Amino acid sequence: MTHTPPFRLPSGGRLIDRAFQIPFRFDGRTLRGLQGDSLASALLSNGQMMMGRSFKYHRPRGPVASGAEEPNALFGLGQGGRFEPNQRATTTSLVPGMALKSQNCWPSLDADIGAVNNWLSPMLPAGFYYKTFIHPRPFWKHVFEPIIRRSAGLGAAPTEADPDRYEQAYAHADLVVVGGGIAGLGAAVEAARNGQTVVVLEQDPVWGGRSPVDHPEGQARIDALLADLRAMPNVTMRRNTMATGLYDHGYLLAREALADHDPQQGIPRQRLWRIRAGHVIVATGALERPLSFACNDVPGVMLASAARDFIANYGVAPGQRIVVVTNNDDAYRTALVAHDAGLDVAAVIDARNVADGDLPQAVRARNIAVLTGSAIAKVKGGRHVEAVVLCDQAGDGKPTGAIDCDVVAMSGGWSPVVHLWSHCGGKLLWDKDQAMFRPNSERPPLGGDGRGNVTAVGAANGELRCAGNLERREAATRPVWCMPQGAPYKLRSKMWLDYQNDVKVSDVELAAREGYVSVEHTKRYTTLGMATDQGKVSNINGLAVLSKALDQPIPATGTTTFRPPYTPLTLATIAADARADTFQPLRKTPMHSWHEHHGASWEPVGQWRRAYCYCAAGEDRHAAVNREIKAVRQGVGTLDASTLGKIVVKGPDAGRFLDMMYTNMMSTLPVGRCRYGLMCNENGFLMDDGVVVRLTEDTWLCHTTTGGADHIHGHMEDWLQCEWWDWQVYTANVTEQWAQIAVAGPQARQLLQRLSGSFDLSQDALPFMSWGEGEIADIPARVYRISFSGELSYEIAVPANRGLELWEKLHEVGRDLGITPYGTEAMHVMRAEKGFIMIGDETDGTIIPQDLGLGWAISKKKTDYIGKRAQSRSHMTDRSRWQLVGLESLDGRVIPDGACAVDEGVNANGQRKTQGRVTSSYHSPTLGHPIAMALVRHGPERMGQVLEFPLPSGEVLKGRIVDPVFYDKEGSRLNG
Amino acid sequence: MAEALATIRRVEGMGMITLRGALEQIGPVVSDVTGIALPECRKITGAGDRQLGWMSPDELLCVMPVADLPAILAALQDGLTDRHALVLDMSDARVIYDIIGAHAEDVLAKLSPADLGAVGSDDLRRSRAAQTAAAFWRIESGFRVIGFRSTADYLGALLHNAAMPGSQLAPR
Repeated sequence: MTHTPPFRLPSGGRLIDRAFQIPFRFDGRTLRGLQGDSLASALLSNGQMMMGRSFKYHRPRGPVASGAEEPNALFGLGQGGRFEPNQRATTTSLVPGMALKSQNCWPSLDADIGAVNNWLSPMLPAGFYYKTFIHPRPFWKHVFEPIIRRSAGLGAAPTEADPDRYEQAYAHADLVVVGGGIAGLGAAVEAARNGQTVVVLEQDPVWGGRSPVDHPEGQARIDALLADLRAMPNVTMRRNTMATGLYDHGYLLAREALADHDPQQGIPRQRLWRIRAGHVIVATGALERPLSFACNDVPGVMLASAARDFIANYGVAPGQRIVVVTNNDDAYRTALVAHDAGLDVAAVIDARNVADGDLPQAVRARNIAVLTGSAIAKVKGGRHVEAVVLCDQAGDGKPTGAIDCDVVAMSGGWSPVVHLWSHCGGKLLWDKDQAMFRPNSERPPLGGDGRGNVTAVGAANGELRCAGNLERREAATRPVWCMPQGAPYKLRSKMWLDYQNDVKVSDVELAAREGYVSVEHTKRYTTLGMATDQGKVSNINGLAVLSKALDQPIPATGTTTFRPPYTPLTLATIAADARADTFQPLRKTPMHSWHEHHGASWEPVGQWRRAYCYCAAGEDRHAAVNREIKAVRQGVGTLDASTLGKIVVKGPDAGRFLDMMYTNMMSTLPVGRCRYGLMCNENGFLMDDGVVVRLTEDTWLCHTTTGGADHIHGHMEDWLQCEWWDWQVYTANVTEQWAQIAVAGPQARQLLQRLSGSFDLSQDALPFMSWGEGEIADIPARVYRISFSGELSYEIAVPANRGLELWEKLHEVGRDLGITPYGTEAMHVMRAEKGFIMIGDETDGTIIPQDLGLGWAISKKKTDYIGKRAQSRSHMTDRSRWQLVGLESLDGRVIPDGACAVDEGVNANGQRKTQGRVTSSYHSPTLGHPIAMALVRHGPERMGQVLEFPLPSGEVLKGRIVDPVFYDKEGSRLNG
Repeated sequence: MAEALATIRRVEGMGMITLRGALEQIGPVVSDVTGIALPECRKITGAGDRQLGWMSPDELLCVMPVADLPAILAALQDGLTDRHALVLDMSDARVIYDIIGAHAEDVLAKLSPADLGAVGSDDLRRSRAAQTAAAFWRIESGFRVIGFRSTADYLGALLHNAAMPGSQLAPR
């Protein structure tokens, strides 16, 4: 028979408001639904049963379910930045002006070219891709992969940025109840009465779960529970909030839809709740299972519960003439609801031999035929159900008759929603009587105290009849994994398990024949349960089929792993406010705004932004860096060094402590002096470096690299708290308390003396590697005579709030001296000209100070320091370790950073052997030619030798080994 | 347009001193100098702009108007010379925001995983706001939040975003 109007029933529909019509667009057509409709019900009310094409065979598909488990009715929703693929029609509320686009079809849902795959389906069995796209090998990269990538995925990804805001929030509760049905609300009332703080989460916009549809008094019972809960101040109730995952220690994530229905209203669209729950009650209900009969995927075949939901909730007729097929009593409710709504119920086909519970009796009392011991051999119809062919369940599908119908409401029993229970370790057991996996209350997820912190209740716990005295007498379910029992291959190859991914009974059987025994492997081989619905309706049926094929009991096969999220969570909600200007903390120095206004080209250093260089008008970065270097070498420049780590170390044992932290002696450093120090980890590898300052008799200030500040402070506290807890030392990270400015260049002293008043900065008063305290530009300052550029240099530290003031003052009074701000790249080049190492360039976690010619900074007198023992290991003292040298490019081109110096011969992998690599490489504007530093085997002993550096292009650059100090070897410029 | 959940105000002119030392040893001196009782574990004592916060078993935070800082700093250093202690002016390393308004707690609950329901009027929490460290305590009609100077803009933007009009956490 054909699918005919009226599709909207004249009455009924507890969720809709017939007074408000809502227009929406579907593939360019304008349709109308009603206030309260889901997208699915709105489409059905327009006679649109076909809602999608399956992934592999492009078969026409209609809605199977009415809730979160729906595998077929997925649409692209919205436009532009608000376009979202794979939106579930059954759980999306209709709003005015909504625009839906069908997916996985071309040119249209009705006429889809891809449907040719359906005719080819005998050639596309499970594992088709794995078997086919192996040979010839080169085809994989150039032919197969591009084709597969283009055809992969149902929906299209949005191409524009999401204009909406999303947020996260934290909550804490004694108890979180997930599921606002009769079991969850009942549990919440009980806990709340005991004084616990209770949060109740419900994924749907309405409370009540199945009770209002399934029990005549269901809504009243729910209303009473809601009234109780709303009267209690210790209860928080959230609708539209889907618990996505449960993690260790009662950490529960839930997504609250705030403005999905109206993103324009200017509030966050969704909110991700991060809840610490003392205890979680899983009251997530159960999902109905399809039955596996031939052509069970034709539009119009749906779950029995979905058929009655469409009628009872939305007043929509899924069809005019309904056949119910079942292995349990519950599905008879659909016959009753449909009949009472005025629809024609042609028959109930029951696979069981006897059906005499209260519900079958009530159906028979309405003169509806109940055919026991019967089965559907096949559904007729292509784009829509037209009829069913009947047979005996016990037989092999020999037709015993046929019934014209336009809807088949099927029920293969129910599976508890055990996802949350399973996410963090709750175990399941197989309930043979009910043919379901349900939570094993003996083995719940455990909390920090080793006790269960999750309880499953109601249908989620396998108690399908959890509505107490609302329930009626029901007979047992009979497991039916194949209908009819002895169906031949021809029928089995048309029985769909996973609708979205087109996995059939025959595919799982094929996997078993090919040797797959693990359910996890079978899942991946066949793609069963791997679609966007994550197999909510298909998993149990699939593993039952696998068990039969392997001739083992179902619990021996087991389930696949349940992983969060329960239903898809959009990435925007996971990112929430971590976007745009709050993507991540951006650390700014006190002079940040000045740099910004003076052409700074930024470089990220950890979370800091540092000026890489300052581009003048019309200048590129390379030119700017060259100009800055020349300015410093010839005049004076300023560098914002505020980001350098500054750690104060104080106490009677501070000197002893620093002698352990650094490879050289710090306890002997006189007050008023500075010393460069190296810090190694326990394995002897160089970890950080910097200048240590002796502030007072018992106080030192340790400078660290920019990136090392937090880590080194943590490293110090680790040793103090865990190893040397009885040493009297306190540390504090004062990095951000100070703004620090390096004033470098031959005219640095001249500049500073214009601002230093009585503070004597002369060579005698403040020699190299000393420091003093005084006022610069009337700002209290510490001045360190240290140099990373090789020039006369003063690093000036002032309280951070006055850093900008000092910087501006320096530039004001230094204008006639050509004062130039310089960035990190000029700093890098200048230090390389001087042969100074840089942590992270010359070091990579495998380098020891001895590799870098820094043996002079390792105290021979000390009995110990962190890393000392490791540095005496044979591999560390091996003379063939690569060591630091300078490189001079023979043809005047810069040898790329990271380039390898090749050696004779090849290694076991057939690759050229190497004998060194470039660690830093620049063009030196000071010298007018390229300079590089490299680590080379026996390097320092090979001065003058030429190494070869092949480039990916095939070209070979040559570099001569030279001293790493390229500029001012005597260090005469340090004193100006 | 609805109003923001709370007013976010950057507080200027506050000084902070970090103290490290065995609390039983430095406590009496600190109390003497500041006139504020030593806070218990995770508490903050004092009132208004002069407060003393417990930061760790061997660390205190002393908050005061910046004008009072030099005298207090000197007095603390003097008073603690004979004891193993570290006294540092950290005023410039920090930023302070006040979150004021009926839904101030909602703003903070979007950023910090701390259980705000368990934060009493004399509690101090060292926690975080999204991806940056933050400590906070209750003030009249809201919270005072301290963070790092370098991420002041980030923290301010977070707080303003979290206070977006119409985004209160109460179920709707």
